[in-house]
This record gives sequence, structure tokens and C-alpha cells, in this order.
Amino acid sequence: MKVKADQRVSWALATPVLALLLWSVVYPNVTIIAGSFAHGLGYWRDFANSPSDREALWTTLVVSVGSVIGAAAVGLPLAFVLSRVDFRGRRFLQAVATLPAALPPLVGVIAFLFLYGESGVVTRAVQRALHLSEPPWRLTGIWAIIFVHAYTMYVYVFLFVSAGLERLDGTLDEAAAGLGASTAFRLRKVTLPLVTPALAGSMLLVFMSALGSFSAPYIFGGGLRVLSTQIVASKLNGAMGMAYVETTVLAITAIAALLLLRWFERRRSYAVTGKGSNTRISLRGPMARLAPFLAASLVFVLVLPHAMIVLVAFARDGAWTTQVLPPEYTLDNFKRLATDPQLWLPVRNSISMAALATALNIVVCFVAAYLLVRRRFAGRGLLQLLVVLPWAIPATAIAIGLASTFDRSAPAQLRVLLVGTFWILPLAYFVRGIPLVTSAVESSLRQMDPSLEDAARGLGASWLLAMRRVVIPAARPGLAAGATLAAITAVGEFVASIVLYTHANRPISMEILAQLRNLSFGTAAAYSVLLILIVLLITVAARLLGGRPERVETIPTA
Amino acid sequence: MAGAARLSLDKLTRRFRDKLAVDALSLEIASGELVALMGASGSGKTTTLRMVAGYEPPDSGRVWLEGKDITARAPRVRGFGMVFQHYALFPHMTVGQNVAFGLEARGVSKAERSARAATALANVDLDGASPRAIQSLSGGEQQRVALARALVIEPPVLLLDEPLSNLDPNLRRSTRNELRATLRRLGLTALFVTHDQEDAFAVADRVALMENGRLLQVGAPEELHDNPVSRSVAEFIGRATFVPGDYDGKSVTVHVAGTATTLAARAPSTLGPERNVLAVLRPDALAFVKDGSGWAGVVTDRRFAGTQLVYRVRVDSETEVELQSTDRDVREGDKVSVRVVREPVSVVAT
Repeated sequence: MKVKADQRVSWALATPVLALLLWSVVYPNVTIIAGSFAHGLGYWRDFANSPSDREALWTTLVVSVGSVIGAAAVGLPLAFVLSRVDFRGRRFLQAVATLPAALPPLVGVIAFLFLYGESGVVTRAVQRALHLSEPPWRLTGIWAIIFVHAYTMYVYVFLFVSAGLERLDGTLDEAAAGLGASTAFRLRKVTLPLVTPALAGSMLLVFMSALGSFSAPYIFGGGLRVLSTQIVASKLNGAMGMAYVETTVLAITAIAALLLLRWFERRRSYAVTGKGSNTRISLRGPMARLAPFLAASLVFVLVLPHAMIVLVAFARDGAWTTQVLPPEYTLDNFKRLATDPQLWLPVRNSISMAALATALNIVVCFVAAYLLVRRRFAGRGLLQLLVVLPWAIPATAIAIGLASTFDRSAPAQLRVLLVGTFWILPLAYFVRGIPLVTSAVESSLRQMDPSLEDAARGLGASWLLAMRRVVIPAARPGLAAGATLAAITAVGEFVASIVLYTHANRPISMEILAQLRNLSFGTAAAYSVLLILIVLLITVAARLLGGRPERVETIPTA
Repeated sequence: MAGAARLSLDKLTRRFRDKLAVDALSLEIASGELVALMGASGSGKTTTLRMVAGYEPPDSGRVWLEGKDITARAPRVRGFGMVFQHYALFPHMTVGQNVAFGLEARGVSKAERSARAATALANVDLDGASPRAIQSLSGGEQQRVALARALVIEPPVLLLDEPLSNLDPNLRRSTRNELRATLRRLGLTALFVTHDQEDAFAVADRVALMENGRLLQVGAPEELHDNPVSRSVAEFIGRATFVPGDYDGKSVTVHVAGTATTLAARAPSTLGPERNVLAVLRPDALAFVKDGSGWAGVVTDRRFAGTQLVYRVRVDSETEVELQSTDRDVREGDKVSVRVVREPVSVVAT
């Protein structure tokens, strides 16, 4: 009896969630794949024969691999130094090192433009100092994209490897030392092999992000073609068949990378036991004096893009021409944003659309995570697949899918006209938020002792009461963390927005792009500052609401 | 400082924030001796071991090895093998690679490495386990691999941190006997940390009992049991009922069950004749007597403990003694008579 009732509850919860995900995640992708075969293999033949598409595919792969190398080259040493070497300001630096991830993608790219672009501050300063007649470099092409990617994406490598190092059982290193192994030998034979899964995972994550990256190639690409920009170009040209093929190719590449990642994770993961006490090298002598200086310069480089955005936000539009730094400062940019309703509209749009998407994410993803962690039912495998799919599929592909599925009303085909309405962007943001919120809630629920819910039910609590008093409180940290991520992603979203926006519901990112095109750098930067502030506000609010479980500090005792 | 001692700890002191973890601890370990550092958790025993291994720098004090001051040496130079509580086996290496690790770090050739690793594995009864994965080992096997890994580098002193605490009770009993046999057979000098007195008694020649960072008493297991220097030692080692009494230098007079009983006594050298002392009555020093000559009392608790039974007997309003007996017929609530049958009893200061 009890088992049957449980199954009924599972299905009552799973049916609407599965239906929603099939409709919003799977259906659009099926539309794309079907669309690519609309003329049999015709579009595919066109794709294979098009030199620009072959170039785009090749460039995409080169950029992705280059980004992986760049991100690892920055993130890996930084993670090692900041987790293994003890010096004053280490914890502060660990926090600062994640700053680049806090920049919404488009904002990060603009900051680089202001700093290292042809008329950027650093570029001009170098040009002045060396008395060059030309800028010393141009921030265009493959190297520019890889440079920007390495700056923003090394954070993945840094975070994964740092976490791997923190989780690493410190006694393994002690055991190796006690057996006579030198520091270098221990690093090569013990530490590196043990963080390899984390490193490989983060590198594949960088690969997938670079694969779908749109902002950097779009702004810095010059004449360069990558798949994501090619897709948008094909759509703008009305060559939908081509866009479908390009999207399918991009999505398949990404999913292949995801499968590789999963396989790797399963193959090489060691349960790490022990107290996990960490051994850090304390610096002595001249290195100890040098370390804070090196650390400070690193902070400077990492904070520079943020600082630049803030600086330009106070620059008077039009006054900054050939000087190294903007010559005139003003509050006008912010005043205009606050007073001109047309300029304020994108802010209102972004906030309301992000709020809507996140609210839906919270409800749907909580139920999905609960089902995945606590319930056994026939559709579980499918649900598991559906919640990671939007993570693997690049945002451009998601957007093209939505654009070509919900472009008309056809109730028999379950199609609703959403393109051109307010609702299409929140839907896109919702889809992008699904994997973020679900996985965060899943990990919170996995930490809950599974017998707690049974204990509550055993004490006579109804399913709803057990849910309200036991399960939801356990899920709260995950809900807060996941919702924060989803809201942050949505409020600064650019890649899906550029495919789906209309003038009336344009989000902040599109307005920033429009202002850049007008050469209104100050206004664009003011929007960016506002965006960063909103992101900060969301983060702080989530900390207050969700709270994080206190970390227990252990003092080594006998 | 060195003398005949292989390893000597000289006033080792370590402070964590405001807690004195180890307080001026001195201890000498002779060549070939097996010494247990025993104490409750938080007593500072692991910190002491870590200072010996070099993982933890002492705030003051020295560590001497064969007459050389090694206090400033890094762990890898000291070359003590250490067996960790959770074994710290490298999960990405096979059993053989784990055991050979210390040799690899010393640049020993591959052929010699595998030969010596095989010998070390044979020493712990794991012949042929070399190609196995660490994940495939049982808890007891992991413990033995950790031991082999430490033995293979021929450490001057073997250090073991709670080497038996992760084993289930049956395995634990057999493993501790094997451990002692192996250490003895190879003539090793070893210092090991444990919170369990059965482990300490079964393996060690001498036991160093610690509390709050200090050594309470060092001695052979029987000595700690029979001649505790303080109430703390008597409480930690074995079970005991403490009865107040007067000590005259040779015997102790206790007032129990309305009668004064004088018993032959043995006191630590620090304790002179004194009116207020505590007599330590061990459960095995007491017995039921049928003739009614002992202390009259009522059985309040009866517990089966394997070959024997443990009874609690209330002999007066203040005193309840615990006694061990093979007599199975006594029940809770029975009126009985109890006597001290083994003298001398030890006395300690209150």
C-alpha cells in the first residue's frame, strides 16, 4: 500500500516536470535537428562544402583548445600557490582570484576593450612610453579571443583544482614526506596524479565554455568566424537551414565533450578518506617579503578590468579621444540612466525577466532534484539527462531552438507564439538556469541524512509536513546557491538574448552593445557598473536568505 | 642526553592557540623497545608523535636520535616510517607501488625496489599482493600494507598513529598480536599512539600514559595497573572502586560496611603515611565469601562479561564496589558478603 502511494506521489511530481522539460529543452532541439534534414542531406552538403563553415569549425576548435591551455596555464599554478603556500593575505587573494567569473561575459569583454583594445588605456600607455606611432598590438583575432577566455575561464581551473587540493588528504603528503620523498617528487608522484580528475574536469569545462562562447569572438573576432557567431549570422541572413546544421554540429561537439568529462570522472575518482588536514608551506626569508608584492600585483591585474569599467562609467561621453585616460569625469551617465525612461527600460526588463526565470527555476528544479535524490521511479534516468542537457548545449543553440520552435501558434504541435513577445527571453533564461539550480539543490539534498525524511514520516508527519519541515530546510543552501547563479546568469545574459530579443524587451546586455556601437562608452560602462552592482546585490541577498552551513574549524589534537 | 636511548624526547612543548597540547614531555626509548603513548583524545599523544616525525615543530624542547639532535630536520630527512591512523595509502598506486614508494624516492633501482617490496609484503603475510589495487583491500590488509610501506625503508624508529583503531573488534585482536610478533621478529624500535589500553598492553613493552599534554606515568603494563602513581592513572587503567582510608606507610585502614578493615598496601614513592588516601580496589581483588566474614552488601547490578561476571555490590550508603567472579548463581537483590582476597592493594592520594 505504502509503496503504491509513494509511486503515485513520485509520478504526480514527475509528470509535470518531465513534460515541461521535454517541451522546453528537448522539443526545440528536435526542431533544429529535424530542420537540418528538411532538404534531406542538402543543408549538410552545403555545410561541408562551405569554406567559411569549415573555417568556423576549425577556428572554434583551435580557440577552444587554446583557451584550455591558457586557462590551465594561469589557473593551475595559481591554485597550487594559493592552497599550498601560506602567506599573509592568502585567503583574500583566493577570493580575488575568482573575480573574473563575477563579470557578466559581455562586461568582461568590454573591460578588455577599454584596457587592451586599440585605443585602450594599457595599449596607449605602452604606445606613449615607447614612443610608437602605431598601437603596439591589436586586440583582434584568435589570440585576442584566447587571451580574453584565459582571463575569464581560468577561474574554473582555479576553483576545481583548489577544491581538489583542499579535499586532498593531507596525510598522503605527510606519508610521502615521511618515506623520504622530496617536495618535487611528492608533487609529481602524489599530488598531481590525485588532482588530475579535478584538472581534467575543469579543462573540459573550459573547452565547453569556449566552444559556445559568443561575446569574445563577436567583439574581438574581426573577420574571424567561429560556429556561434556563424549561427547568428546565418539566422540574420535568413539561411535557417544552414543555421540548423551549424547549431547541430556545435551541440554535438559540446555533448561529446560532456560525455568525455563524465567518462573521465567515473574512471578516475578516488574516495578521499582521512582528516584532510592540509599542510601548507610557510614562506621564510626573501620569498616571504616578495610574496605579498607578487600577490598585490596579481590582485592589481585581476581587478583592473573591474576598475576600468568603473572609471569609464564616470567618463564624459565623447570627450575621451586620444588621451591615455578619460580626461573629464561626470555623474551624467548614471543620471541619464535613472531619468530617461528609455534608458531605464532595459534595467527593468533584465530584472523582471531574470526574476521570473529564477522563480520558475526554484520551483521546477527543487522538484526535479528531490525526485532525483529521494525517489526511485521509471522516468528517473530521463529526468537526469534532461536536467544536464541545457548545460551541455551552447546558449546560441538553445536560443536558435527556441526561436524556431515558438515562432508560431500551432496547438496541435504544442507550439505557442513566443518569439517577439516578452515571454521568450524568460523562457530561455529558465532553460539555461535548469542545470545550475538542479545540481546545487541535488548536492544539498545528498548531504541530508536520507533517514530524516523517513523519521519525520514515521513520527506521523504527512508527506507535505515532512517536505516543509525537513526536506526544504535541508535543500535551502543549495536552493540559495543555485538560484543566485541562475539569477546572475540571467540578469547579464547576452548570448541567447542577441538571438531572441525585441526592442521592447531588450535586456541590459543588448543595450550595452547598442551604446558601444554609438561610441557612448560612458553609458555602456554605466550599465556595466549597474549590472555588477545587481550581481553583488543578488549574491549578498542570497547569503542572507540561504545562509551557508558554518565551517567547523578543527584544532589538531591527539 | 643520548645515553643508551635510541630515541629521546627532551621537554617537548607545543601550544595551539591558548591550549597547551604537549607540556614539557620527556621520554626515552631504548633500542628494540616498543613503547605506547596512551591517553584519551585531546591528551596530546598524536601531537607528540607528529613532533617526533617532524610534521609538527615543537615550540621548545628537542628530539634526539642516536645521540644526534634532529629537532630541525625535515620529515623526509628523518626517515621514520609512519603508519597513519587511516593508513594514508596512495589511492592511485598499486600495493606494490605503495610499498616501493620510499625506495623510489631514494632512487633505488626498479629491480631492487620490487624485490624489497616483495620481502616487505611477505613480512606482513601479503605475499603476491603487489599488483592489487588499494581499493580492493580489506581494512586489515590496508593496515598491513601501510606497515610494509613503512618497514621497507628500514626506519630507525617506526611510528604508528592509532594503527588498530579502524579495525573491527575481532580483527583488531588478531592484528595486534601479529603486529607485536612482526615488530619483535624484525627487532624494531617503535613508538605508537593509542587510546585503547588493550592495544597498548598487548603490543607495548612500556606504556606512557598522557593526560592534558603531560606524562602521568611510564612503565610496564602490570606496573601501571598494580602501582598507579595517581588516581588518574588508576582510573584510566582497568576498573576500580576508590575507597577512602588511612595509610600508615605499610597498610591502609578502610571504613566500609560499618567495619574498619586493614589491608596490606603499596603506595607510590611520593606518598608518605597520611590519613586521607584512596585505596584502589580492583574487581579481580574482590570475591564473594560464603562464611559471612566479609563486608555485607546487596547486589545492585549483574553483567555477563564473557568468561566471568561483573557484579556491583552496595556495601554501605556511600560505597558500591565492583567485583569480578566466576560464580553465576548470584542475582540482583541478593544479600552477599564481599572480601578483599588479593593484597597488597594500591593506595593513591585523593
